Amino acid sequence: MSDLLLEVKDVTKSFRIGGLVFGTELLALDHVTLSLDKQKPSIMSIVGESGSGKTTLAKLILKLHEPTSGDILLDGKSIYSAEHGLDHLDYLRAVQPIFQNPFETFSARKPVETYLYDTALKLKVAKNKNEARDVIAAALTSVGLDLNVAKGKYAHQFSGGELQRISIARGLIPRPKLIVADEPVSMIDASLRMNIVNLFLQLKEMYKVSFIYITHDLSTAYYMSDFIGVMYRGNLVEYGASDEILTNPQHPYTQLLLDSVPMVGKKWTRDIKAPDVELKEYQATACKFAGRCPFVRDICRETKPPMVTIDGIRQALCYKPVDYEPGRTTVKSETIAAS
Amino acid sequence: MLKLRDVKAYYQTPKAVIQAVDGVTLDVFENEILGIAGESGCGKSTLLKVLYDSVQPPLKIVSGELTAEMKDENGQTVLLGPGEIRNHWWRFISYIPQGSMSVLNPVIKIETQFFDAISKKHNLNNKKEMHERIAAYLKELDLPVEVLNSYAHQLSGGMRQRVLVALGTFLHPQIVLADEPTTALDVVIQKSILLMLMEVQQRMKNSLVIVSHDMGVHYQITNRIAIMYAGKIVEVGPTEQVFNNPKHPYTQMLIQSLPHVGDRGERKGISGRPPSLIDPPKGCRYAARCPFVMDRCRETSPELIEVEPNHFAACYLNEMKGA
Repeated sequence: MSDLLLEVKDVTKSFRIGGLVFGTELLALDHVTLSLDKQKPSIMSIVGESGSGKTTLAKLILKLHEPTSGDILLDGKSIYSAEHGLDHLDYLRAVQPIFQNPFETFSARKPVETYLYDTALKLKVAKNKNEARDVIAAALTSVGLDLNVAKGKYAHQFSGGELQRISIARGLIPRPKLIVADEPVSMIDASLRMNIVNLFLQLKEMYKVSFIYITHDLSTAYYMSDFIGVMYRGNLVEYGASDEILTNPQHPYTQLLLDSVPMVGKKWTRDIKAPDVELKEYQATACKFAGRCPFVRDICRETKPPMVTIDGIRQALCYKPVDYEPGRTTVKSETIAAS
Repeated sequence: MLKLRDVKAYYQTPKAVIQAVDGVTLDVFENEILGIAGESGCGKSTLLKVLYDSVQPPLKIVSGELTAEMKDENGQTVLLGPGEIRNHWWRFISYIPQGSMSVLNPVIKIETQFFDAISKKHNLNNKKEMHERIAAYLKELDLPVEVLNSYAHQLSGGMRQRVLVALGTFLHPQIVLADEPTTALDVVIQKSILLMLMEVQQRMKNSLVIVSHDMGVHYQITNRIAIMYAGKIVEVGPTEQVFNNPKHPYTQMLIQSLPHVGDRGERKGISGRPPSLIDPPKGCRYAARCPFVMDRCRETSPELIEVEPNHFAACYLNEMKGA
């Protein structure tokens, strides 16, 4: 058995865009490696802009896509391989999704509770409807809702916040070890958003469930997560404890992202304008951020930077922390020149 | 520049009447950026439609006054009412919509869309001269001139939104209205577009009204902010004062609930949900969710009162403190 709950091992995923003859390969994920510890439940945020590959990563972990190369292991067993890997039912009982728009998650023509019954029965959590009812009632209670109130209602009879709670309750039915939530609060109004975010924190403590939280919102990522991975054009460019990453970012892209968030309490300085995004960045072989980076040097355009480990605990895919020396992959933070 | 007095604008459908904007009094001053904040369904986009004089059935202005003070070519002030403002679209007042993909025509080049929008209002029919003026304006805004020769789908989302800003401000309108101009965009591009809007406003010294649900956006760019809740303005004032010293419980809880990078303190959301606009409660619309609710809040709806110079809030708590 492994001490890692989830291992994403050197995963690459490419999509074909355009026709069979004239199309090109788009590298949505470019050799991404990540892991989640088993002993202590934790929340890992994957942040990035649209097109950074964060949703592709979520879909791979949810088995909605298969990787082009690399593997994903749960409890030391591959989730893809049919023979030596994890049984599909066991997988579904261990990993559950929560999606962005709760109004799309549930059909408008079925009572919402049918989804809960389906999950309980199909994943063999309950043997019959009576047992299922108890399981569902317990799951709804844990997200602050009552089965008697939700009974027989359709999706449009709930607010977005309530429906997202039901979506979370559905995911909790098999008591999973891991919940993958793709932008779960971006459709929810500001006044209700923190209720859902706090619910995730509660569930982590109560049910010992780990979360992968996919988002573009750095403030909620900082608020709730233990670890943060920053993605840019298919690369994981920086990874580490969330306090470290967002209060002392090492990768220039993380710095740019952090400077761009419209935060209350700290006004923007009027600085350089961000250049527009180019498709070329996906196909670049060296550093993909080189075209926009204020610290770029020739080496960044020629070879792909290494994943540099800083102080043994965090990582950045960048030449800058190692003073642009090829081959070096570890560094202590005191020695990094101040920018 | 624009004055609203107790305006009620309802969507009237055979089944129900939705009271989307219910008794709003608001002024838009010269040379300012005014933010309108609120959750989805609070009536902020409807309010913008009223300001833009783009009221079409089923939306109807039921009561109240709307007046605009327009300066004509000779510098004389002309007063315009509903139904008249629309004759001066683009030149006096312009509108930057939200979805740049669905707004620009996909089968017509950007330049032709500039011509279509502007030629009628500008008495300019010489295409070459027009092209030069448009190209010069784009250059002023740091946009590549090649976009004129492109179709909408060939541009990135950020570039499309910048083209809309350029189109909306080309005739130097006295008022620019922007409805969630950066909602679907990434933060890095969002910042560059917001900075562009600020720069254009500073250059033209006109009024910019920006609708957004993102309090961070309002904090960054607006001079004044109006907070809407369930069809009413509950607080309006200079942005700094509203953020530092909010006087309405809804604003207070909204600001307290925002998480910050670098601060792990616990944040709480607001329990409950906004009331239905089909049959709103007769008293204060926030009463059901308010921790300070009193009996009279459920009976009558509080009016906006001045709590500090230029800072208004609609809450009985402030009345009690003042008395």
